[in-house]
Order: sequence, then C-alpha cells, then structure tokens
Amino acid sequence: MESILNISDLGKTYQSAGKILTVLDHISFAVETGSTNAIVGPSGSGKTTLLGLCAGLDRPTTGAVELNGIDLSILSEDKRAHVRNLYVGFIFQNFQLLPTLTALENIMVPLELRGETNIRTRAVDLLDKVGLADRGHHYPAQLSGGEQQRVSLARAFSNRPKILFADEPTGNLDAETAEKVIKLIFDLNKEAGTTLVLVTHDLDLAGKTQRILRIKGGKLVSDNKTNV
Amino acid sequence: MVMENNLSNEKRRLNIPWLFEMAWRDSRKNRSRLLLFVSSIVFGIAALVAIYTFGVNLKKDIDNQAATLIGADLSVNTGKLPDAATQKMLDSLGDRHSQERMFASMVLFPRTQGTRLAQVRALEGDYPYYGNFETIPANAGLNFRENKAALVDQTLMLQYNVKVGDSVKVGKVTFVIEGVLTKAPGQTNIASGIAPIVYIPLKYLDETGLMQKGSRINYSYYFKYDHPVDIEKLTKKLDPRFEKAGLNYDTVETRKENTGRAFGDLTNFLSLVGFIALLLGCVGVASAIHIYIREKIASIAIMRCLGVKAYEAFLIYLIQIVGIGFIGAIAGSALGTFVQHILPIIFRDFLPISVTTDISWGAIGQGVILGVIISVLFGLLPLIAIRNISPLNTLRMSYENINLLRDPFRWMVYAIILLFIATFTHLQIGNWLGSLFFTIGIVVAFLILTIIARLLMFIVRFIIKATWSYPLRQGFANLYRPNNQTIILIVSIGLSTSFICTLFFIQSLLIKQVTIAASTNQANMILFDIQTSQEKPLANFTQKQHLPLLQQVPVVTVRIEKVNGKTAAQTKKDTSMRMRERLFGNEFRVTYRDTLSPTEKVMQGDWIGNTPASGEIPVSMEERFAQRNKLKVGDKLTFNVQGIPINTRIASTRQVNWNKMQTNFLFVFPKGVLEDAPQFHVLMTHVPSKKVSASYQQSVVRQFPNVSIIDLGFVLSVLEDLMDKLGSIIKFMAMFSIVTAIVVLVASVRISKYQRVQESVLLRTMGASRRQILAITTIEYFFLGALSAATGILIAVVGTWLLARYNFDIAFNIDLMPAVALFLGITGLTILIGLLNSRGVLNKPPLEILRGE
Ligand SMILES: Nc1ncnc2c1ncn2[C@@H]1O[C@H](COP(=O)(O)OP(=O)(O)OP(=O)(O)O)[C@@H](O)[C@H]1O
Ligand SMILES: [Mg+2]
Repeated sequence: MESILNISDLGKTYQSAGKILTVLDHISFAVETGSTNAIVGPSGSGKTTLLGLCAGLDRPTTGAVELNGIDLSILSEDKRAHVRNLYVGFIFQNFQLLPTLTALENIMVPLELRGETNIRTRAVDLLDKVGLADRGHHYPAQLSGGEQQRVSLARAFSNRPKILFADEPTGNLDAETAEKVIKLIFDLNKEAGTTLVLVTHDLDLAGKTQRILRIKGGKLVSDNKTNV
Repeated sequence: MVMENNLSNEKRRLNIPWLFEMAWRDSRKNRSRLLLFVSSIVFGIAALVAIYTFGVNLKKDIDNQAATLIGADLSVNTGKLPDAATQKMLDSLGDRHSQERMFASMVLFPRTQGTRLAQVRALEGDYPYYGNFETIPANAGLNFRENKAALVDQTLMLQYNVKVGDSVKVGKVTFVIEGVLTKAPGQTNIASGIAPIVYIPLKYLDETGLMQKGSRINYSYYFKYDHPVDIEKLTKKLDPRFEKAGLNYDTVETRKENTGRAFGDLTNFLSLVGFIALLLGCVGVASAIHIYIREKIASIAIMRCLGVKAYEAFLIYLIQIVGIGFIGAIAGSALGTFVQHILPIIFRDFLPISVTTDISWGAIGQGVILGVIISVLFGLLPLIAIRNISPLNTLRMSYENINLLRDPFRWMVYAIILLFIATFTHLQIGNWLGSLFFTIGIVVAFLILTIIARLLMFIVRFIIKATWSYPLRQGFANLYRPNNQTIILIVSIGLSTSFICTLFFIQSLLIKQVTIAASTNQANMILFDIQTSQEKPLANFTQKQHLPLLQQVPVVTVRIEKVNGKTAAQTKKDTSMRMRERLFGNEFRVTYRDTLSPTEKVMQGDWIGNTPASGEIPVSMEERFAQRNKLKVGDKLTFNVQGIPINTRIASTRQVNWNKMQTNFLFVFPKGVLEDAPQFHVLMTHVPSKKVSASYQQSVVRQFPNVSIIDLGFVLSVLEDLMDKLGSIIKFMAMFSIVTAIVVLVASVRISKYQRVQESVLLRTMGASRRQILAITTIEYFFLGALSAATGILIAVVGTWLLARYNFDIAFNIDLMPAVALFLGITGLTILIGLLNSRGVLNKPPLEILRGE
C-alpha cells in the first residue's frame, strides 16, 4: 500500500536556559493511506510535538516529514499553510475555535480559504452530521466543551482532508460524548478513506485503531499492529 | 511526486473579499473596544479639521473684506512730514483722498477728570472709502468731521465712565464726544485695548499745540480711484519714488497678502498644537492595538493552522485598523466641523474682520486622509508582529516572543512615522529646520517620558517589601506586570500635563515680571515727550508732590546714514551684510551721558563719557543688538541727527539689564555732541497708589498738555487682559490634547480591564473583599497619575526655564500653586477613571466573566 506520511529520522530539540532538551529522538515510521493509527505514551513524552511536526505546524531539528509526497521540512511556513489547507485536518485537545466566529463560520473558514463554492450547504451538512444543526449561529463561548469539540471536528472534516490529526480528541469529554466523537471520526475514515492519526491516553480508543505507536522519552519504543 | 506539481499549480490567489469578510467577522465581538481605541484620535483630528476649516474661511473672508481693512484703494504712510516734491507727487494720486496724523498723547475727560495715554488720529477727508467707522450713534463717524468733535474708543469710554455729549480734551483743545467708536477699519479689539483711538478733525490739530511734540508722528494718506485703475501696476511704477521719499504703501492686494500671511502663520502654529493631540492619540491607538493583537495570538495561530498565510492574517487585521481609522477620522472631522463654529468667537478680539463658519470639504477631506494614514502608520507597529505568529501557538502558547526590535520592518515603520511627522510639520510651518526641531522635540519628550516610565517599573520591583500589606504590594506590582499600561499612561498623561503646565508657567512668569516692577520701589510711571524748557519745571513739580525723580534722560532721534562708510544702497549689494539693511530704515532714540547707569555693564572696548577734542565720536552700543547686526568695537557709524551727519566709532559694547524698569538705549553718546540737537526728555518716578497716580496724571496733563504718561499699573492690567485672551486660545487648543489624554486613559484602563478580569475573579474566588480589590486599583492609579503628573510638571519647569532664559530673557520665577493644583487634579482624575472602570469587574458574577472569553 502507498504511504501518505513518511517520517524519517525525525528529531526535535529545544534550547532553554542554555540547556539542550531533546524532545524527539530519531523517530522514523510511515503511515499508510487510509489507515487508522494511535500514538500513545506518558505525559511529556513528546506526542503533541510529534503530531505538530507531522502536520507541518513546526519545523523539525533533524530529519524529514513527507506528507502526501511533499517534503514539509523544506517548505516555507506559508507553503506549509497551503499544504495544511489542502490535505490536513487537525483536531486540538482544547478545541481551538475562533472565538469571534460563529460555529458555522468556523466550519466554513477552510473551505473559504480554498475558494470553494456552495460552502454554506456543506457547512450546514457537517453541522448536522455532528448533531448541532440548530447551533450554527452560536459563538464558541455559547457552546459547551463537548459541543465545541464537535464543531472543531466538523471544521477538520470540512476540507475533506486526506489525513486527520487529532490530539486527544476525547480528553475533555465525558464517556458518552467521547463515544459520539470517536464514532464520527471513524465514520469519516470509513466513508472518505481519510487517514487517521490520533494521540490519546485512552487505551480503549487506541485499541480501535489498526496500529499503535508507543513513545517514551522522545523515542519510538514500540510499533504494534492490533487485530482490528 | 505528482502531488508536488499539483501544489505549485494550485497557488492560491489573494482572495480580497474573503479577507474583508474575515476582518468583519473577527471584529464583531470587539466592535466596542475597537471604537474605544479609535476614539483616541477623534479629538486630534477634530482639532485639525476645526483649525483647517477656520483657516479656509478666514482666507476667504480676508479676500472678500480686504478693501474694508485698508478703507481705500491705496494708503501711503511715513514717519516724517513729506517735503514739497513728495507732497506734489502725493497730490497727483487718486480721484479723492484723505489724510491723517497719528500720535500718542494724553487725553483728559474733564467731567470725570480721567486721563490716559491714547492714540490720537487727526483726520481730514471722507476716509474710509470702503467699509465704515462702526460707531454709536451710527452717523457719528461722519458727523464729527463737521464739528469740533471727537470719536472715542469704547473701552476708553467705559473705563472713564464718559458718555456721548461729554467732552474730551486733547492738548489745548476741548472736543465734544460725537460718538463711541466700536471699530475702526482694520482695527482689532486687542489693538484698541492696548492703544485706544481718539479721532479728531485734522483742522484742529494745530490748535491743540501737540505738533511740536518730540514723539513720533505718523502721516497717512488714503486714496480712492473713482475710475478703474490697475493699482498694482501703478504702485509698481511708483515704488522707486516711494522708497526714495521714505514712504510705505499698502494696497488692497498687499494688505490681503500681509493679513493672510499673519493669520496663516497663526493657524499653522495652532494646527501643530492640534497635531500634538493627534500624535498623543496615535500612541494610545498603537498601544491599544498592541494589546488587542496579543489577545488575538490564539486566533491568528488557529487561522494559520487552517491554512491562512502570514500576510493574509496580517491583512485581515490591517483591514480592521484601516476601518476604525476611517471611522475615527470621519467622527473627528464631523466634530471638528462643529467645533470650528466656536473658533471665530474665541479669536474675536484678534480678528480685524468677521469670519464665517462655512463647512470646508477640503478641510474635512484632509482630516479624513490624515486620520487614516496616521492610524495605519501607528497601527502597523503592533500589526507587523502578526507576521511572526506561529501556528504552533495552538499547541502551546509560547511567550518566547520573537525579538521584535530585530525586525527590520519595525524600524522601517518607525522611520516612516518620523518622516511623516517631519513632512506634516513642514507642510504647516514651511521650513525644514523648524520641522526637524519640532520632530526631534516630540521624540525627545516621548523618550524622556518612556525612560522615566521604564525606570519606574524597574525601581518599583526593588522597593516592594514583603512586609507591605497585600493591596499595597499588588497595586505596586501592577505597574510592571506583563501587559501593563504604565508607559502609555505616563507618556500621554505626562505630555499633556507638561503642555498645560508650561502654558500656566509662562503666563504667570510674564505677568509677574511686570507686577514686580509695579509693586516695588522701582519706577512705575514714565513721562515722555517733555520739552527741554519743561524739564526743570516738571521735575520741580514732581518733587513738590513728594514723588521721587528716579531717572531723567534726554532723548534724541537719529538715523543711521552709513556703516563703515557704506550707504544703504551699497550695503544692499553686499549679500553678506544683509542683516545690516534694517539698520538704515529705522529711527533710533539715543541718549547722551558721561556715566554708565547701574543696569549697564561694559563687555568690550572702553566706556568714554566725554567727547574728545578731535576725531570720531566714541559711542557705546548694546551688546546683543551689535551682535545681531554683525557690528563690533571699532566699526564706524555715520548718524544723521536731524539733518546733520555725525561720524562715530563704536568704542564699547554694553550689556543692559532690560528687566529693570529703566529707559534703556541701543546707542549711548558721550556728553558734548548732542546737547543742542532737537530732543525731548524722559522722567521716571514711582507713584505709591492708584489715587496718587490719578491725581498726579491729571495735574501733569493740565499744566504740561504735551507730556505723555505711561502708568505701569495700567500697562499691567492691559497685559493681563491680553495674556488672558491669548492664553485662552492656546488653552482651547491644548484642551484637545488633554481630552485625548483622558480618552487614552479611559481606553487603556478599559483594555487592561479585560486582562485584569481573570485575576480579579481569581482573587475574589479566593476570598478577596471588594475593598481590597478597590484598594489595589486605587494605589495603582494613584502612582500612575501622580508620577505622570509630576513628570509632566518637571518637564514644564525645565521647558519654562529654557524659554525664560533663552527666549524671553527674563528671570525664572514661577508660581507653584497652579502646578500643585494641576498635580492634584490630574492624579485625582486618574484614580477616578481607574476606579470607575474597574467597577464593572466587581459587579459582575465571576462565572459570567469566565465564560465571556
Ligand atoms: N518550546 C518548548 N521549549 C522547551 N521545552 C518544550 C517546548 N515545547 C515542549 N517542550 C517539552 O517537550 C516535552 C514534550 O512535550 P509534548 O507537549 O510533546 O508532550 P506530550 O507527550 O504531548 O505530553 P502530554 O501527554 O502531557 O500532553 C515536554 O517535556 C515539554 O516540556
Ligand atoms: Mg500533549
């Protein structure tokens, strides 16, 4: 199978107060198109950092990230922005909706950026799908945490991404709502063939994916196929 | 690798309408705050638009009313009686003409026994040909010429409580007061307050006995052409002859130009005052936007995550800033158009014409353009940081801020702002050196205040003691915590304080100067135009009244004929000697004596008090006047003393203390040359009270009608009045700066309120009482207000000292009471605004605030 994401020899260090802190240390792996993957590991092990690098939110110190055949590590930030807009969906642990935009407008932004037409109908469809059809005109501050997370999900889907990165998508949600959100994510994988990369502490959720990557102290310590 | 090609093909085009839509959406929840930012520039723009509109109307009105300013097609005037040839030339001009003699003389109102120095104008003919004397009753301006009657200025009438039908004595002649003069052609209220006019018919002038006066008489001739004549062509042709005969002339055109230029300078100066208010507001806008953008970091990072490019994010916020700049500029222009209605009222006493208040679209356009440009320029400073906001901020809010000082764009924006200020100033005052000084002055003032603010923040960290009570510590700490408003508040409050304070200081300084002279034993009454035959009798008379003879000096009127052997014409050719040109046109009053007075000090050369038997006459020249005209000891001057040439040499230069009430002279001759020249004498005395002053003046005027008297007490009241009126104009303009500072204060407090919310809520959940939170706020704003006010006053003290020393050349002696009042007022206002704005935080339930983002 073809791989959509190729990580080779990825390293990230931070320099603070004169000391060099190695957060990611020579990590290599590839993600197959259409697959579902989980990244797990203890707090502070570097999961968010890794996800950010994969999505092109930052530049690695060493190594390369190849997304959909494009080497992100040599692109300018503006070019990476373009790549994200075209191929990437991102769900944040803390939702990250634009506070000054309504739920519907938040979902529309990636589409508007692509200059697509018929945006509104698609955005309304998406809202409907996440069960918030009647909350489109509400601002994020007027929504509950779970509702915000669902809007953020709808936004991540809106540009029909080839790959979806989700950083603890259920971290802030109660079990019931978490269940709904997870179902939505996996439905997307099934319907549109979107590749999933999830970071999670939730071993139940990790168990639903086809592959679990385990990180510890910035190193990839295990890479197991599950029997899903 | 197919995909990579795809990427470059799909290069996204800039979607302008979408950027506008995003800007619009993003601003929705912040509208009220954005409007608050922009209110800072409203008053600056309003001041400028008001002044511009006033300037436009003034120019138009001067153009329309110029003929009434001069009252004739051509006016000619001179300081000496025209000779026969000149008189013949004058007689050949115009279809109709009038003439006037003008001089200073005492006038006496017999009924009330009031007496005062006035400007007497003896008139013959039908002048004015354009406009008219504004009098009560209306026809008095014509009628007084037919009778032995006079027109008396209305301030004089009020002051001495005289009425139409009473009489006024000028010299030896008593005239019936035909009417009250409310306005002579081209006359301003201020001028008539300083030198009130009394018109008499010219035919009675000889009878008054005042023509032999030593003091200067001005001869004016007014011409009217009944058939169309090209006056400009005529005066061009006559110009050489006028110059040769020592005549000055005025036409409607030249008067239009001169008046226009004088008021142009004034409105330009005032527009600079308005500009300072605008700059102050801009700094407020910049700091508000800075905080606004900081709060937007998260949003911008999210947008970047979703694929918005750096410059697109930048443009989204730039559009917002242009939008609010535009709104602010429109609001300011509207306010300015309203305010300009007040200006003609404020300027009333200084204007020789009535000014209309039409709307000027040109002025409004200028205001709007200026407002947009300047808010964008200052907005750019914080906005360019947007380019550096990384999408990584979505994962982790990083405060490891990019070092903005190293951003070359930032320095470019600074450079553009400075260039803009200098260019704008240049447009107002028309010379680069002046605008450079203004720009540097502004930058220095801002820098000083910024440095003081930084110093304060630095010091406060160290003086906070753990033993202090919590509110005290917290209030102090608020001065330097992240996102504090210390710098912006100290700059804006400090600058406007120093502005208004300098104004107070200078005003009181000048008035005090005269007050001191009037109240001590120094001379406070000057008698001049005393003829040689009257010198002794008047001195005796004064001593009989038990008044001291403080100074008695002879005064001779001379002209300069040659400087180092060169005449005026020869000097004119030598461009390096340009500044000497004006030595020639003027008359100088000189004196002669054998000793220096106590207020004089020889700086260079030797003082020689007696004329040597042969050679040039050694004269002494005032030091600064010598410097200004590039003259030094040893230079040779040929004076014309009433027709007789006298060769002199500058033997010494003297420093003169002009502060003392004394008659001081630019040139002093030794004894033995000028004794027989036509001259008059000056006598100085000290009168202890108003009552003595009045009775002494009355008896002097009765016995020596040609002698003129200046009462210093009176000068003082006139001066105070003038300063009040001038001061109120500048205060009016300075008010815009103060209002701007208050708006910046309100805006800053409001903006920081959004940041304080979390903390206050936290404090309250942890059990802080309302009083404690109020105390923290009070302490913080007390220090902000007190420090800004103190700094502003300090700058004003230094500024006043510099002005006193180098500009006015008077002793530095300021009144601290207004400064103390200002200090208390500004500190109190700062605390009040701080408290009023924090109230919102206290009254809201914490939950609402936590949800309200
Ligand atoms: N800008 C930075 N400067 C210094 N250290 C950093 C920086 N960013 C991240 N780190 C460090 O890198 C390590 C990995 O951080 P990261 O957020 O990737 O962990 P994580 O696995 O997502 O943890 P968690 O499960 O708690 O979210 C942490 O120790 C963190 O302190
Ligand atoms: Mg994490």
